[in-house]
Amino acid sequence: MKFDRKVEDAGLMRGVAALTPDKIEKTIKAVLDGETGAKLKMYAETCVRCGMCSQACHFYVSHDNDPTYSPAGKVHQTMSRILETKGRLDPEEIYKIAQIAYTECNLCKRCVHYCPLGIDTGYIMLVVRRICYKLGVVPQYIHDTTNSHSATYNQMWIKDDEWVDSLQWQEDEARDEFPDLRIPVDKEGAEIMYSVIAPEPKFRTHLIYQAAAIMHQAGVDWTMPSSPGWDNSDLAMFSGDNEIMGRNKRRHFECAMDLKAKRIVMGECGHAFRSIYDMGNRWLGWKMYPIEVVHAVEFYWELISSGKIKIKEKIKEPVTIQDPCNIIRGRGLYEASRKVAAALCENIVEMTPNGVHNYCCAAGGGIINCGPPFKNTRTTGNRAKADQIKATGVKLCIVPCHNCHGGLEDINHYYKLGIEMKFFGDLIYQLMEKPEA
Amino acid sequence: MNAIYDFVSGPLCWIAFIVFIGGSAWRLYSMYNEAKKKDVNSLAYMDKHYALRSILNWLIPFRALGWKENPGMTVATFLFHICLILTPLFLLGHIVLLEQNLGISYPALPDGLADFMTIIVIAACVYFYWRRKSQPDVKFLTTRKDWFALCVAFLPFFTGFLAYHGIGGDKFMTILHILAGELMLVAIPFTRLSHMIFGLFSRAYMGSEFGGIRRVQDW
Ligand code: SF4
Ligand code: SF4
Ligand code: SF4
Repeated sequence: MKFDRKVEDAGLMRGVAALTPDKIEKTIKAVLDGETGAKLKMYAETCVRCGMCSQACHFYVSHDNDPTYSPAGKVHQTMSRILETKGRLDPEEIYKIAQIAYTECNLCKRCVHYCPLGIDTGYIMLVVRRICYKLGVVPQYIHDTTNSHSATYNQMWIKDDEWVDSLQWQEDEARDEFPDLRIPVDKEGAEIMYSVIAPEPKFRTHLIYQAAAIMHQAGVDWTMPSSPGWDNSDLAMFSGDNEIMGRNKRRHFECAMDLKAKRIVMGECGHAFRSIYDMGNRWLGWKMYPIEVVHAVEFYWELISSGKIKIKEKIKEPVTIQDPCNIIRGRGLYEASRKVAAALCENIVEMTPNGVHNYCCAAGGGIINCGPPFKNTRTTGNRAKADQIKATGVKLCIVPCHNCHGGLEDINHYYKLGIEMKFFGDLIYQLMEKPEA
Repeated sequence: MNAIYDFVSGPLCWIAFIVFIGGSAWRLYSMYNEAKKKDVNSLAYMDKHYALRSILNWLIPFRALGWKENPGMTVATFLFHICLILTPLFLLGHIVLLEQNLGISYPALPDGLADFMTIIVIAACVYFYWRRKSQPDVKFLTTRKDWFALCVAFLPFFTGFLAYHGIGGDKFMTILHILAGELMLVAIPFTRLSHMIFGLFSRAYMGSEFGGIRRVQDW
């Protein structure tokens, strides 16, 4: 069948140009024999092709029920082809397979709630990506990000001194408002090591400012590491470079252990959280993280419920909430997010569906990291999300995930929703009592 | 005709059951062994409580999101599977055979009800056929394997229905019916019908992963 939505991408083009059917077959065989087993076999064999999962996927819904975008439809065009040909595919088909696996599935696992047989399309797509990565066929932008992880231990090519500089700069700025504020770097034995994703020092430095303000106001014993490992993000886990994924995660955990921190608190990010409870730890052979890790949303609730942070006054205008799959469907933080929201806002209007059944923002699973060539894939592929937000009639949306922010920003613009988006941290910073300030 | 009947209802029947039971056991055993070698982390996450929780919740019609959003399929698939399993197990004719050959006996369904349940299975098959032909997303996914599985499930009930109503020659239809039943047994471990053996395990794993790691429901 003709693939009529091919997107030109330098990484994919360069990758397939170097392939021959022999090479393809050999690599695929190596991955299937070496890295997959009963799980993949069982999924491939058990799927009864009933199409019950179709409606689950925002891509399918947003493309007027185009069968090629349904979860099983995507497996049909990728993994099923790989298995039925035993890897004997031509390079052009690998292009198509890579495009589908990297840019048309967010690995959000919403479809799991639709499949009676418990088939995990997200897992299957990850295996397809792993194969494509091994074949050297990876979208340029995410490949570059992975290379950055590999060279610098952070996703934005930030140098070690730039990182510490950013912290000091934010500390300086914040001291105008809070004269005693410190961002303690490398403090041994602190209660909490706070880690963020590299886009924070790169272009969302105000988030570091706000986090410092919240920590300061709450009197938390905290620290941030100066050495690599401060970036908790991990796009290698989405590009298929599992080796770098594992190295990243080990560094992140070791960083906290070197500092003898009691636990790690992570900023408001979805995928980075997934990497510590689901993927990075698994690759490293840890059933769960070796040191306690808490997501910002849970942490904020601790601060608010214990009275360490007091809210002056709540937001009155109606507010809606995006439920990022990697923390809500991924780690059950729905309750916590609603408690925090209720402490901050008077009027919450829920999206339908929400909570564990929420639609992904279409940025996740590394798609937004595949860069500008695939921006349209994300916007046209998520009309469902735009409709969902429109139906709430609300203009302010809380979005506790970096990727969701990026994704919703584009959807907001493309569908002219006119919404404003905030992290929980933005609101807490804005609404909390600041006696010193 | 009698010789053929004796053969399909005798030795061939034994063979079919041996292949079905042996084949299923062997497939489960080899899958498990492979999982022990290659899917260690997934096995480690298996959790009885969450597995059972997931299976039970999915056994309730219209409970899971997937059931809610596919109402036609929910009705059809529940009726189909219930009748598909219960009818052959509790059919008077089958129980009589069991008693004659193995001395096992238990209460049977009234013939009229069993006939009705057979019709439900046939009707569900027609529905599945129609869905595969006309619903674009299902059509896109359908392969020869899926048509084969549907036929294999359809035939024993269709021929059983005809035989019961004396259509197409009593003996002849009965032989066809027995053959169709045996084909189904033999096909279970080696075709799409294997979801009968593996489905519980894939569901159990997903339940464990969602309950244990993700701390959420998976329905
Ligand atoms: S994007 Fe989400 S719902 Fe769609 S196929 Fe991928 S995991 Fe399933
Ligand atoms: S993945 Fe599940 S719901 Fe989707 S077609 Fe296969 S069996 Fe049906
Ligand atoms: S970006 Fe947000 S909604 Fe999308 S996959 Fe990540 S957590 Fe999920």
